[in-house]
Amino acid sequence: MPPPLPRGLYFNDPVQAMTRALHSFPGGLLLEPQKEITDRKMSILHPLPERMFLPLQQHIGLPAEPKVTAGDKVLKGQVIAQANGYVSVPVHASTSGKITDIGMYPTPNPLGEKALCIVLEPDGEDAWFEIKPTEKYDTVEPEQLQRLIRDCGIIGLGGAGFPAHVKLMEGVDNAVDTLIINGVECEPQITCDARLIQEKADYIVSGARMIRHAVQAGHCVIAVEDDMPAAYEALAALVDDDLELVRVPTRYPAGGEKQLIKTLTGKEAPSGGLPIHIGIVIHNVATAAAVFRAVTRGEPIVSRYVTVTGRVNNPINLQVLIGTPVKDCLETCGYEHREENKVIIGGPMMGVHVTNLNMPVIKTTNCIIIEENTAPLKEMPCIRCGNCADVCPAELLPQQLYWHTKAGELDAAKKYHLFDCIECGCCAYVCPSQIPLVHYYRQAKSQIAAEEKRSRGADLARSRFMQKNNRLKNEAAGEETGETGPADDGKVDKKAYVKAAIERSKARRQDRKAPDD
Amino acid sequence: MIEKITSSPHWHNNQTITGIMLNVCLALIPGILCYIWFFGWGILIQCVLAVVFAALLEFVVLKLRQRDPYPFLRDGSAVVTALLFAVSVSPLLPWWASLAGIAFAIILSKHVFGGLGNNLFNPAMAGYIFILLCFPAYMNAWPPATGPGVASVNLGEYLDSIFSISGTAFDAFSGATPLNAMKSQLGLMSTVSEIRTGPLFGHFGGTGWEWINFSFLLGGMYLLFRGIIKWHIPISVLAGVFLISSVFHLYDTDLYASPLFHICSGGTILCAFFIATDPITAATSNKGRLIYGGLIGVLAWVIRTWGAFPDGVGFAVLIANAFVPLIDLLTRPRVFGER
Repeated sequence: MPPPLPRGLYFNDPVQAMTRALHSFPGGLLLEPQKEITDRKMSILHPLPERMFLPLQQHIGLPAEPKVTAGDKVLKGQVIAQANGYVSVPVHASTSGKITDIGMYPTPNPLGEKALCIVLEPDGEDAWFEIKPTEKYDTVEPEQLQRLIRDCGIIGLGGAGFPAHVKLMEGVDNAVDTLIINGVECEPQITCDARLIQEKADYIVSGARMIRHAVQAGHCVIAVEDDMPAAYEALAALVDDDLELVRVPTRYPAGGEKQLIKTLTGKEAPSGGLPIHIGIVIHNVATAAAVFRAVTRGEPIVSRYVTVTGRVNNPINLQVLIGTPVKDCLETCGYEHREENKVIIGGPMMGVHVTNLNMPVIKTTNCIIIEENTAPLKEMPCIRCGNCADVCPAELLPQQLYWHTKAGELDAAKKYHLFDCIECGCCAYVCPSQIPLVHYYRQAKSQIAAEEKRSRGADLARSRFMQKNNRLKNEAAGEETGETGPADDGKVDKKAYVKAAIERSKARRQDRKAPDD
Repeated sequence: MIEKITSSPHWHNNQTITGIMLNVCLALIPGILCYIWFFGWGILIQCVLAVVFAALLEFVVLKLRQRDPYPFLRDGSAVVTALLFAVSVSPLLPWWASLAGIAFAIILSKHVFGGLGNNLFNPAMAGYIFILLCFPAYMNAWPPATGPGVASVNLGEYLDSIFSISGTAFDAFSGATPLNAMKSQLGLMSTVSEIRTGPLFGHFGGTGWEWINFSFLLGGMYLLFRGIIKWHIPISVLAGVFLISSVFHLYDTDLYASPLFHICSGGTILCAFFIATDPITAATSNKGRLIYGGLIGVLAWVIRTWGAFPDGVGFAVLIANAFVPLIDLLTRPRVFGER
């Protein structure tokens, strides 16, 4: 293992000097990485659990719809719940076995609520459903790859869980300048990506090329943090001239989507906007590996790397089948739960404190940490020191947000860009008054979301009422004049509209392809 | 069993308000020691008195407000307010005036606004200004500094002055401060260079005062080094004083004292590093802090030069405090990704 590289920009690094100069993002923290606990140990395969819980919602968007009923026998990789709409992905059986129940069970969401899960009892065979590879991916249409990626249930495995195909579709509709494969695992203690890169570097590099084809990106950059030298070496052995491999300085949250884009390109994704608006698509390394599996074997996401660390006897990375209870993972690492400890799913900065250990590992679960459950210090009033604003990577004013969210002034909080907050926790980490700032922001965000949902519902009801009124009026008018109802006209219009839209989209694609030819 | 769910982040840098206040107290030590060296034990008595009054009043007010007083006593903010008040007033100040000042600071400028974190005006300066306006005779008279280690007033005399009701002891030991002398003699048509030959004046500022100011500077450097304060406010306060006094000093060296004199006299350094940097009453953005500090520097000089009081630092801080909400509003930084 080479010694860790010193911090800074690598202008004298032969690899990097040729590629790109790095920029720095605002704020951030230097945290003790504590990655050495697990990042040099080979991962182990977690044994089949007795029961698995597969939540219908492991991604952002609408939950999947169950396709099986209790008592059904399923095979590994079989779709057990199908995608419900555009921003949604299917759920697959993680192993072969019997469905025993579909019901409400605890899941690792930030609010600690129960959610609809399919319960699967493994039969021990681990027999695969029929899957087939896509031959020569670079000759197939990008759209076909995108469909495949959705059908394999691939979502952003970095943590947010945004359906991968949606990012790819946006990539087709907008010209993509740069595809970034994000291996910057900036949160302390988490090493699942570092291990994945070291053990499956070829999956990631090939997966990166596949995603690049799917979004037709001009450049492709794979980024890792400079305290991951082993991962860097593993990738460096495989990349060719078509891919750039970049080390970014270790600073939390360097792996945040907008922060990494700034570091690599100097561009800022617009406030309230998406990276695609500046021609960038960004995917996690684990997502790239999942795409590789999906393309070369037709394999959906059925397992992932999970770091188990902290106060366990044997901290290590596990390859866990999706749906395996957290308790089983902890037992594998030689941990029996005790009252003085707490279990955190995710990292120490953004993780969720959970109390029910029966909840499953889902597609976005990257880490399980056991920490001492110390009573938090008393929350004191804000003394306006401004440390929070100094470390905020989104350049927000956490203090003003705090005053407004505390006072329930949600409109004012929105004006102070509450929704640009990435909940990285830097502000609360430095707060001398021990104010759980992120907690307040999260509460305010969900309050605003609930309010908007309510008002949307009211708007919808109002517009339905208006439509009904209009229809009744039109029908009455039609009866009088003897004309046919407007419904048919509507249908014809709709068809024409769809056709025109398809043609517009085709033309746009042609335009985009033209310069390449 | 119901467990308390803790929210992310699960790590903290372990800095607390108590830690910040403790560091501020530590940083005041060199200045206070130097003060004792030149002026004798009076300052120490003032510090002890102020801290006792402040702690008692804080406890009583928190009880009256039906708050648990212990976390707020432990945070140390009342102690810092008391110490800053004590180093700002004359070491001869009678105890009842000190009590009045601290009471104004703790009750009327801190708790009436909602306690720690909610006060608009710096409590120590509000208390100081309150007794300056009520008892001006006690506030502008210091024992003369004769030289290092030779205090002109001994411990017994200090005790006499502080604890007697009549005020005769106070009158016996006190005299004008360098800033006071500068102001009154300029009024009598003397030139700056003539005035500065007097025994009250040293190399840069007043005798003794310059060294006390340097010791406070040392403490300020400690706070900067520890990251308790940032450079913006101290530098802009000093720059404000320096720039405006330079302009006028260059315009007429006989009428206007040199920038170095202004920086090394009175409470300039104490204000720049300890008083103006009170985060609760200062602007919050870096740009805002520069404006806020500069405003204090300029105002302090203006009040010293043209106002009715010899030192304008206290007024300058309170006026700038009043501008803080406006400064914060006008210096709102742009958000990442907002062009």
